Formats: sequence, structure tokens, C-alpha cells
Amino acid sequence: MYDLIVVGGGPAGLAAANSAWQKGLKNILIVERDKELGGILNQCIHNGFGLHRFKEELTGPEYAARFIEMLKDTGVSVLLDTMVLEINDRHEVHVISAQNGYQVLQAKSIVLSMGCRERTRGAIGIPGERPAGVFTAGSAQRYLNLEGYMVGKRVVILGSGDIGLIMARRMTLEGAQVLACVELMPYSGGLMRNIVQCLQDWNIPLYLSHTITDIRAENGRVSHVTVHKLDENRQPIPGTNLEFDCDTVLLSVGLIPENELTRAAGIEMDPRTNGAVVYENMETSVPGIFACGNVVHVHDLVDYVSAESERAGAAAAEFVLKGQREGKALELKNGADVSYTVPQKIRADDVGKAADVFFRVRRVFKNSVIEVHDGEKLLASFKREHMAPGEMEHILLPRKILDSAQGGQITISAREA
Amino acid sequence: MKELVCIVCPKGCRLHVDDENGFTVTGNSCPRGAEYGKNEIQNPTRVLTSTVRLSGGAYRRCPVKTEKAVPKGKLLDIMKELNHVEVASPVSIGQVVLTNAAGTGVNVVVTKSL
Amino acid sequence: MFDVAVIGCGVIGAAAAFELSKYQASVVVLEKENDIAMGATRANSAIIHAGYDPKPGTLMARLNVAGNAMTEQLCKDLDVPFARIGSFVLAFSEEERATVQALYERGVKNGVPGLQILSGDEVRQMDPLVSPEVVCALYAPSAGIITPWEYALAFAETAVVNGVELRRSTEVTDLKKIDGGYRIETNRGPLEARFVINAAGVQSDKIHDMAAPHAFTVIPNKGEYYVMDKSECYRAKHVLFQCPNADGKGVLITPTMDHNLLVGPNAQNISGPVNTGNTAEGMAFVRAKAAQTMPSLAYRNAIRNFAGVRANTDKDEFQIGIAAEHFIDLAGIKSPGLSSAPAIALEAVKLLNECGFAPEKKEHPVLTRRKKRFRFMSEDERQAAVRENPLYGRVICRCETVTEGEIVDAIHSPIPPCSVDGVKRRAGSGMGRCQGGFCGPRVVDILSRELNISPLSVLQDGEGSNILMSETKKEAQA
Repeated sequence: MYDLIVVGGGPAGLAAANSAWQKGLKNILIVERDKELGGILNQCIHNGFGLHRFKEELTGPEYAARFIEMLKDTGVSVLLDTMVLEINDRHEVHVISAQNGYQVLQAKSIVLSMGCRERTRGAIGIPGERPAGVFTAGSAQRYLNLEGYMVGKRVVILGSGDIGLIMARRMTLEGAQVLACVELMPYSGGLMRNIVQCLQDWNIPLYLSHTITDIRAENGRVSHVTVHKLDENRQPIPGTNLEFDCDTVLLSVGLIPENELTRAAGIEMDPRTNGAVVYENMETSVPGIFACGNVVHVHDLVDYVSAESERAGAAAAEFVLKGQREGKALELKNGADVSYTVPQKIRADDVGKAADVFFRVRRVFKNSVIEVHDGEKLLASFKREHMAPGEMEHILLPRKILDSAQGGQITISAREA
Repeated sequence: MKELVCIVCPKGCRLHVDDENGFTVTGNSCPRGAEYGKNEIQNPTRVLTSTVRLSGGAYRRCPVKTEKAVPKGKLLDIMKELNHVEVASPVSIGQVVLTNAAGTGVNVVVTKSL
Repeated sequence: MFDVAVIGCGVIGAAAAFELSKYQASVVVLEKENDIAMGATRANSAIIHAGYDPKPGTLMARLNVAGNAMTEQLCKDLDVPFARIGSFVLAFSEEERATVQALYERGVKNGVPGLQILSGDEVRQMDPLVSPEVVCALYAPSAGIITPWEYALAFAETAVVNGVELRRSTEVTDLKKIDGGYRIETNRGPLEARFVINAAGVQSDKIHDMAAPHAFTVIPNKGEYYVMDKSECYRAKHVLFQCPNADGKGVLITPTMDHNLLVGPNAQNISGPVNTGNTAEGMAFVRAKAAQTMPSLAYRNAIRNFAGVRANTDKDEFQIGIAAEHFIDLAGIKSPGLSSAPAIALEAVKLLNECGFAPEKKEHPVLTRRKKRFRFMSEDERQAAVRENPLYGRVICRCETVTEGEIVDAIHSPIPPCSVDGVKRRAGSGMGRCQGGFCGPRVVDILSRELNISPLSVLQDGEGSNILMSETKKEAQA
């Protein structure tokens, strides 16, 4: 019987296991499907990680190494090259591996930290032929950074998410020509820093409010793509077509939390995040099962993943050592221009000084206010100079405010100041 | 007068840098923005991250970076030098694989122990 | 000289090869692509039709009903995923009620078992998410769903095990009548066979014209589809057709054997070179039509679009027969071709007999095939599989739970795949919601290792579809 089994050894799982150990759990197991810990950070060789956490700019592998190093001073055990096939509300974890075969492991608590996967061509329905040469940005990144292969020479990137931007620079440095970065929305989904350093530094044009409307092939490989400007209903405007002679299309069109295990376990899901509904301590609807990191909602900075996961690990320790939290839950609703909140529920009685609340806004804001309402009554407001859908927002809700909510639910909204 | 977008924080202030009058910066909303604007026009620098060939390791490439930011104009020169570097496993974080990359005085180091 | 050369290895050529492999005859199958089932067989609605659609008295009617009846046992023997889930043809108006009635009568004449006309409410009881607008439906309990490429692979692999020679990447360029048979010119040199079977699908008119006077013209007809995530599979429990019209059987919604939901197709004649690209118009048409059957479909949960090309002809009938001396057409096989395949294969043997070729049956031909599918195993079976081969403990495709053991087994199967998609068709890796984003690089790695080739040579699918273009840091190698 394990005190805690952590599903996934990426940044979220590492931080959760480490923090659970610090809080006094002794019998902890991380189950990781890859041959090493660190998750996707291993292929994110660019820098920019850890500014919040370590006050310095690290590369992905360096950030992962800091946490793996911390783990060495603990008794946390790790099963590598092992796949979790099923978890359930009895806290059983079914795993398979070449070394140990099929095993059912029992735990007092579980942390889900499976991360996310990339949205594919099929999910966004790009018309055209289906030749070789269409990759998600992350797959191309793996080929390039870990295996040492270029997936193409002339590249068009669809989507301006950070992975796509990072790959634009990376492919350029390795000698490819990146012809364009094409973004459906009127604003970029990536960080400004990446727009400047990955596109502008290399004179790669960014086409906002554009999309790929056709992919053509010659001899089994991408040969041309057509790009159209979009009207306000995101429909292609006839006559605005741009033709690119290219061999590769990289897709950076969003990430989806990887929650098949979560759903199969009957854990309550939030259709807004595609992740589990969680309480203030990252506990899911099944007592003793916690979730953290990109499996709950997609973060933009790994530093925030680590912080959230440490809370989940600490909460798992509390669950095992002190028992279940029983407080009455307050529900968080998303109001105007807020697309979701995490957590979705807060048990005010169990909050210390304040509860962290994360969310995203639906559009770009300058000089704006985040408001917290209990029905008609304004409980709190927070000023922001700038907000955008690509940047996760965070507020701290003091215990006093939570206690003052009468209606069982509070609403978070955003508006211009 | 040169124009650029500040990347110090997500606000994205539009900076104007007067390159004829001592690189004074306007349009910034904080001192960090002014400093960024000045440097970015006078001597833009970047940390370069890439890989080098690795033999005998779990992967065929080993990630590396310049220890410090280097002049932007030197990035492709350093990439060329890295094309000729091969390291053998085991390597550890911080190990130097290339000294004085492209004459910048900056070393290139391993970012993952393999 | 071979006894028989089969041109084309879609499901029809494969089924014919399988049937012939039961006899003491030397058989060669010529396929122009680098894998089998690369045409209509791999991109269709994956339905075993009941047989009420074709006009009574046609070959299509007879062979569909006969093929349907053979499918279940064949799939058991050859380990092909098949389920007789039944189909509905939905009527949305009184006019369509008449169509349903006519189809019922046609089906009865064709000998389709178990047909019933059900009321809209009865339909919604059996398939609750069907539109409230449905007034009645033809229920055909004998209709089923199948994995079509696996069906073709099962036939072809078993044929190869029985000694049939399969030559891939071999395109027939000409046929010359010689004494006692044909000289077959290909891009890989000539060969000779006493009898030729034309199962060339969309190219079957061209092959026919090499040996016989022009008799029919293939009019390739494209159909586009959506494949939805497993989370959407619950929406349909049966094959949900709309009333057929001039464009074919209309847009259907059906679960698949991999527990996805399939939505499509449209029907568009194409001219010029055959291409299976999707079009914005085709996809929009499918969405609009499908909304009639089921108003709420979540296209954000789509995982793939594809299009297939039907070998329609200017004749409303299969082109099956002796077209020239020692030359048999199994041509113009459009829908319901997949359903009819095993019956068409029997027809081929009969026609060979008529041509004077009646070989003895083999004493012990292999008639069964078994595949290990980790995802369908019990805990005990999984434990045993890993004990026997530890590679069955390493999950490579996490969406479909496909292990390295299954992938390696596929690579060394009777018809070894030479591409990532070839592995996908055999083992199921990359079929799921991430569409190979995660497992793709790993499958490339395994193919490269098992075939002892450079990853740069690994193909995505057909010839020329190399995935990787060059190596980084090449200079360091010197």
C-alpha cells in the first residue's frame, strides 16, 4: 500500500511528489510512461523557464533537472517505462510494463499529473490532401531536439501558440526556411517575447486573422498550402488567398488536457477546461484523488505548474495524515469575459489566509478590473493594466471574502475600468 | 527614432528609442522597459539554445546553450561551429562543449546530463 | 508462368486471392501501391450492407446478400473485427416514408432477412439521439460494421500464408495475349499468367481495355468523412442512413469497430487525377446533412477527416464476367462492394471454371488467422502476453493502447508494412485522438530498428511520403 501514487513524472508530478514528501508522506511512487523523468521539458531545450521559481532563466531540461535533483534527497520511488491503464475510486492503479507485467497497485491517495496533448489537424478540420509533412509542433520538436532530424526545409506554421513560435526559430536556426506563421485569431496566442525573438528576429511574417484553407501534395509530401484572410465570422474572404510553396506544415493550434484515465474513473469533469473539477487544494470529486498541472488546465508557464502541483502534493499528504476535508463548498462561476476558473470549488473553512484562483479572459483588455460578485453584491475587485486570453490570470481571494459569500457561489468577471 | 515592442512583461509597450539623442526611450511604463529598449537598439543579445551530436547516450543529440547572452548577429555563426561539435556520453549539466563561441568570449555548455 | 494473376489488391483482389489460395494453383497478386488496400478499401463507410438497396435481379443484389451472409463466419475465422449492429434508413417526411416502403419491398425481393419498418418512436427507443423529425425507418438487423482494411489484410495475409505471391509497388502497364495466357508488363518487369483477374478498382476500366474491347468507363466518385473521438461513439448504436438519392446512399452516422463515430460521406464525381483530398464544401455538406439525422454532433471532437474514391462506372451494375479469353473482370466494384467481397471471390472461381481452369482443392489450406490485440485482453491475458513477450508490456500508442509487441508482430507479419500508416492499419497505432502525434516518432524508431533502415527512409504511407528530410549536425559525423 502506497501513501501516494503520482501518475506522470513531468513537472507537475515531480513537484507534487516532492512536496508530499516534505509534508511527511513516506511511501510515494511516481509512475512514468517514458524512459526518464521530466516529461515534455526534456524536448523543450529553449530557455525562459524558471524566472518566477528560481529567479533565473533555465532551459526545459535544466528546470526538470532541478526537480529531479530534489527528488534524490527523498525516498520517493519511481517506475519508469510503465503505463497506467486505469485508476478507480478505490484508489487502485492498474499499470503495465515490460519489466513487471500487469500490476494492480493500491494507494491511500493519488495525484493525477498526466499533462496534455496537442490538438491535431483532424480536430480543426483543415481541408486538403493528407500527405506526409503535416506535424504537430511538439512532434517536430521531438524529432529535431531529441532525435536530431529535420522534418522539413520550407515550413508554414499554423497557430501562434508558444510551441509553434519556438519551433519557427529552432527550424530557422537549423537551416530551414519558415515562410509564415498563420493565426486564426486577430491576436497571437503566444507570449510577446516569443513573437519578438522567434518571429521578428528572423523576419518571419505573422498573418493574424488568417488560416490554411488547402493543403496540396506532390508524390506523397506536402507541396503547397493556401492561406486566406478571414472575415469577422472567421470565414475565408474570397480573393485574399496567399500561396506558399512548402514541404511542411507545423500545427500549434492548442493543447488538450489528457484526461482519459480521469473520465474512466468517473471523476467529475469541467467542459470549460477539459480537466477535472477541483477544490482549492486540487482535490477532485473523488476524495483522495488530486490533479495538478496541465491535466487540470493548460498553463503558460511551468513555474505555475510547479506551484499548483506543490499544493496538490501537500493536500495529498494532508488527506493521508489528517483525513478528508469536510467543509461546505462554494462554487466559482465564470462571469463576463472569463472563460473558466480553477479551482471550480472552494471549501472556505479549509482555506488558510487566502485561496489562489486562476482563470483566463476571453479577449484582450487594457486597463481593466477583475470583479468578484456574490449575486449582485461586489465582494472584491482587482485592477489589471493588461490581460489577454494567452496569459493565465491569478487572484488571491482572502478568507474573509470567501466567508462573506452567502449564496453558495461567487462569480468572477472582467471589464474595462 | 526606432520603434519596438517591449517584451519585459506581457503588456507589450510600444517603445520609441531615439538613436540620435543618447538612446532615450519613450513609451515605456517602467524603468526595465527603458533599459530593454536601450540595449535592444544598441546591442541586442540573445541566449542561443541548440543541440550537439551525442554518441553513446540515450538520445542522439545533447541540448546545449550559450552560458550568457551573445550578440544577435553571432547566433548563426555559433550554430555553424556547433555543427562540428560531438560529445560522448556521459556528459553533465554545465560541461563546456565549445569555448569562446564565434569569438564572443562566451562558452557553450550542456543543459542536460546524458 | 503463373496459373492466375490478380491485378489489384483491394478487398476484392484480396478476397479472390484468398479463395484461389484454397486450390492447387500458382497465384500472383500485383498491387501498384506499396501496401494493399490503398484505394477504396481503406476509405469508405466500413459497412456490411444488408442488401435492400440494389435493384432486384442485379449482381449487386445477389452478391450483397450472399456476401453479408458469409461475413460473420469469415470474420470469426480470420479474426476481423465485425459486429452485426443493424441499420436504419430514416424517413423525415411522408415522401420519404414511401421510399422506405419501396426499399422494404426491394429488400424482401432480394432475400434480406429480418427487415421491419419501425415508427419514429420505436427508432428513438433503440437509438435515443436520432432526430425527433424522423417519422419512420427501415430496420435491417443483418447490416453490420467492419474494419475494412483489416478485412482485406486478413484475406491477403492468409492467401500469402497459403503460398500466393504478392508483389507490391508493381503497376501493370500493358497486357499482351500470348499462347495459353497473357504477358503482363509492369514497372518492375514482365511476367506471364494463364489467367488474369482484373480487380483494379478505380483503374479497372484501363486494365479491362488492355485485354478487351471498351465496355465501361469508371467515373471516380469522392466521398468525404469525419471521424469523431471515442467520446462521441455513444451517439449512435446502429448504422443511421438517410434515404438514398441520386448521389448514393446519403450521409450516414455510424459507430466503428474501434469505437469511434463516423460521419459522411458526400458524393462528388471527380475528373482528372484521382485525389483523396478533403474540401471545405464537402465537409460543410456532410455537417449540414448529418445535422438532419442528429442535430447535436460535436465537431470539436473530430479526430480526422478523410475522403475515399468509389469506382463508380457508367453502368449501374458490377462489371463481373469473362471479358476476353482467359480474362475475368471483377471491375467497377462500387458500393456494396465491401459487403459483396467474399461472394464476388466465389464468383471469380466459378468464372475461372467456366474458362476451363478447375484446379484441385488443397488438402489443408490455412483458413484461420489469429491476432493479439492488447486492448481487448483481460488482465490475465495481458499478464500472459507480457510473460511470453515483454514488448507486450510497453504501450506505444497511448490513445488506442497498442503495445510494442503488437507493432513488432505487425512488422514481421505475412505482408510486412513498410510505412507508419501500414503499421497503423495492422496494429491500430496512431488511429486515436492524437493521430500519431505521440506514437509517430516511436513507430518510426521501431520500423527503423526492425527493418534495419535509416529513419530517413521510413515512409508515412505511399511511395515518396518520407517523414524526415535530413539529419541535423551532419558535419560532426565526419
